[in-house]
Amino acid sequence: MKGPGYWWRKVKLLFGRETFAGELDEEMAFHREQMEKELVNGGMTPEEARVAATRQFGNATRMREQSHEAVSFRAETVAQDLRYAMRQLRKNPGFAVTATLMLALGIGASTAIFGFVDAALIQPLPYAQPNRLVDVDESAPAFPRSNLSYEDYQDWKRMNTTLESLEVYTGTGYLLRMGSVSEPVPAARVSDGFFHTLGVEPMLGRDFRPGEDKPGGAKIAIVSYGTWMTRLGGRRDAIGEVVSLSGDPFTIVGVLPRDFAFAPRGGAEFWVPLLDQSSCEQRRSCHNLDGVARLRDGVSVEQAEADLKKVAAQLAIQYPLSNTGQGANVQPLSEFIVGKVRPILLTLLAGAGLLLIIACVNVSSLLLVRSESRRREIAVRGALGATPARLLRQFVTEALLLAVAGCGAGVLAAAGMMALLGSVFPQPIAQQATFLTKVGLHWHVWIFAGAVALMAMALMALTPALRLAIRDIHGALSEGGRTAAGRFWKRMGANLVVVELTIAMVLLAGAGLLGKSLYHLLHVDVGLDARHLATVNLMMTDPAQQKPEQLNALYREIDTRVSSLPGVESLGLTSSLPVQCFCNTDWIRIPGKPFHGEHNDVMERDISADYMRALGAKLVEGRMIAPTDDANHPSAIVINETLARKYFPGEDAVGKMVGDIKLSPKSMRQVVGVVADVREAALDNDPAPTEYFSIVAGPDSFFSLVVRTRGDEKAFLPELVKTLRAINPSLGVYGEITMQQQIDQSPTAVMHQLAAYLVGGFAVLALVLGVVGLYGVVAYSVSQRTREIGVRMALGAQRSAVHRLILREAGLLTAIGIAVGLGLAVGASMLMKSLLFGVQAWDVSTLGGVAATLGGFALLASFIPARRAARVNPVEALRSE
Amino acid sequence: MADKAELMPGTLDLLILKTLKRAPLHGYGIAQSIQRVSEEVLRVEEGSLYPALQRLLLQGWVKAEWKMTETNRRARFYTLTAAGRKQLGVEVSKFEQMVEAIGRVLRDAEEAG
Repeated sequence: MKGPGYWWRKVKLLFGRETFAGELDEEMAFHREQMEKELVNGGMTPEEARVAATRQFGNATRMREQSHEAVSFRAETVAQDLRYAMRQLRKNPGFAVTATLMLALGIGASTAIFGFVDAALIQPLPYAQPNRLVDVDESAPAFPRSNLSYEDYQDWKRMNTTLESLEVYTGTGYLLRMGSVSEPVPAARVSDGFFHTLGVEPMLGRDFRPGEDKPGGAKIAIVSYGTWMTRLGGRRDAIGEVVSLSGDPFTIVGVLPRDFAFAPRGGAEFWVPLLDQSSCEQRRSCHNLDGVARLRDGVSVEQAEADLKKVAAQLAIQYPLSNTGQGANVQPLSEFIVGKVRPILLTLLAGAGLLLIIACVNVSSLLLVRSESRRREIAVRGALGATPARLLRQFVTEALLLAVAGCGAGVLAAAGMMALLGSVFPQPIAQQATFLTKVGLHWHVWIFAGAVALMAMALMALTPALRLAIRDIHGALSEGGRTAAGRFWKRMGANLVVVELTIAMVLLAGAGLLGKSLYHLLHVDVGLDARHLATVNLMMTDPAQQKPEQLNALYREIDTRVSSLPGVESLGLTSSLPVQCFCNTDWIRIPGKPFHGEHNDVMERDISADYMRALGAKLVEGRMIAPTDDANHPSAIVINETLARKYFPGEDAVGKMVGDIKLSPKSMRQVVGVVADVREAALDNDPAPTEYFSIVAGPDSFFSLVVRTRGDEKAFLPELVKTLRAINPSLGVYGEITMQQQIDQSPTAVMHQLAAYLVGGFAVLALVLGVVGLYGVVAYSVSQRTREIGVRMALGAQRSAVHRLILREAGLLTAIGIAVGLGLAVGASMLMKSLLFGVQAWDVSTLGGVAATLGGFALLASFIPARRAARVNPVEALRSE
Repeated sequence: MADKAELMPGTLDLLILKTLKRAPLHGYGIAQSIQRVSEEVLRVEEGSLYPALQRLLLQGWVKAEWKMTETNRRARFYTLTAAGRKQLGVEVSKFEQMVEAIGRVLRDAEEAG
């Protein structure tokens, strides 16, 4: 129906708007003149004629607008609205800037957090069909997820019917020698089909071939992209090059793609086939491998787990000694990799979302106040012929403008916050959290920001539109509409402020609980004195220097050289530092006690004679490990209190015997002392039963050193490393860190810190915004009630009564907000239970304290307007209207 | 305004086109003509002629040019175009169809009552 001629004319008119308007006005004027002339001829006075003509002609402005609309493009009125909206905002820059900043804050915080959620939980893992990949491991009574033993792995691989492929990996470290420099590098040993199973192909060179992981195979390695770039200069001819890893020549056969990341071995620079088995891998009872598998088509995770459990049960019958109680644990690989960060990320997202709501509500309140002052303007525009739809569109346009500005600023802020947040993670954690590299302005993030902006816009457009009851134009034009409107606004504003206070309460309670958790966590009795304690990891990388007597000589040398350094008080060696992991476990059996083949898991640590003293651990009874507990007298052990309580309840543990499952004579050892619990595992794990052997009796090439210093332990670290490096060129020295950092930067502590600080930040902002909102409502209410207050005072009300009147109103709003917030806060805290430590969701002191804080600030915010109300001069107040 | 017979929606275009079929007219002339011919029954809110005229212009059913009136005033005269003539046929038959349909309904109601 609308041919080309139609559009052509329309476009032509677009460029002749001025003429169009002029001509239209002229012919309409002509029309009215003719009517008037006619009416005058009919006997009316010119004055009457003009009125009659105007009435009969109709609303000229509306006709003009309709005519313009008929010929104009839709976008033109939008442009008109936009220009008008801009003018409105420019006229009131304070409002525009405040609103934009608030929105930017809300949108920025939520978008930044969403960036992390997206990278960790939404974007798929960077492997082929990642949802078919599963984490496969054994399970034991004490460990829902425990490592695989090599022999079990071989059997599982053979006997399962649900996996397309099953591969294993384990971490290791090498001393890399390039030229004259030796440097410890993290690495991983993997089975031959590891990369194939992930669906990852080297970008250069080749993958491992089937069978290349067998003992005695060629020493080959695939390097990470970063290693290729930094250590091998990114040369394509690096393939075929030979590097020395702990003295062994490895030929580089491949380079991994740049975006390759495998979080469980995030920092690994060199990937090598399993090859020669470690002593652990030769025993079925020793578990040191992790499994990753690809499910067969149509097989679910549950089916695979059931299948492997069946296999494990068969093996338990076949090898009762080592496999009793060993089950299987299968979970999606993504769950294994990001499962632990999910609760914290979702908590943070929820926190940011709440902050966003407060920000939006605050902007809405501002718009409300503003719409109050614009009632007249709107009414006039309505009277002049603007349709309700047109007026609504004007509000939408203004909201859109604010939302776009807020969203733009918010995304900028989000990008900054993402970069900032991404950089606060200590390196070891950043290496494991490989999703961090994917955090950024992914298109998901843009969509999220856009959606948030859209919702904010809807809220901001609807509030004043609803408020302005556009139909009621006449009421607004006459002065009388004032009080009714005041009541309406008051009700709406009060509702909004209750929402704000409620949300602030929820965020404050969450922050309070997380803060208390963090405090508890960082003040867990770790059983040692972390002040002035330096730690460092060591490894003897030369296979020719790993005989027990050589290692013991090395230990002695380290002891002599380090203790002669100035400022060193004491030092000790251990197989594994405290606050690290629930690992290196051993099965024990107490002679003379009932035993049914169960696995009594206890942690096993090897320590030097001075280790406990250097840590500052407390001896409860008996004696510590002594230098005399050497290879010739290997039977002495020290146990911790938890072990003593669990296995020797009500008895004196010292002097008791402990053995392995078979109580084989060789394994029998005697408890010589009990120490107070030292936290060996993560801070939020309960202390586990632990036994301490003498490291001299069974020295190992991997070990750690703790040094108690007199002065600043941090400043001492470089000197320590230098000294250690000088002892033996084959000695790898890495991970030097103070004990305090060790505790503060443990993954558990970092997670809790992040949660507490971020939610705390959100809560403070929410508190400020909520209290400002309350102030706004109360102040507005006072300004609206000035006359009423004047009347009251004129009739004899005391100032204190007025004071109470206002405070009561504010107090009611606050009380509702706090009460509702308390209920919701307990509910919300239950949801984030996994982030709480040593504190319950309904912790009375926290909730009480938080409520008091919010109440106090709210009181302060309402005190100022209440004071103003009490100072009202009755005479002036009564005259004012 | 209460004594004015409201126009059925969509009929204003038809009336304008029909009026212009006889002779080119300016807006005031169109309004006068409609009133006169309908014997004062149909009174348009005269201003609403102008948005309608803009639509007709855009569709290309009428064209406009500025001329002098008999009293030597400048006025914009609208002329029916060929396309407008065709459109008038369409509108008239549409209108007649509708009137006939309404008539049928009314007769039917009478018989039943």
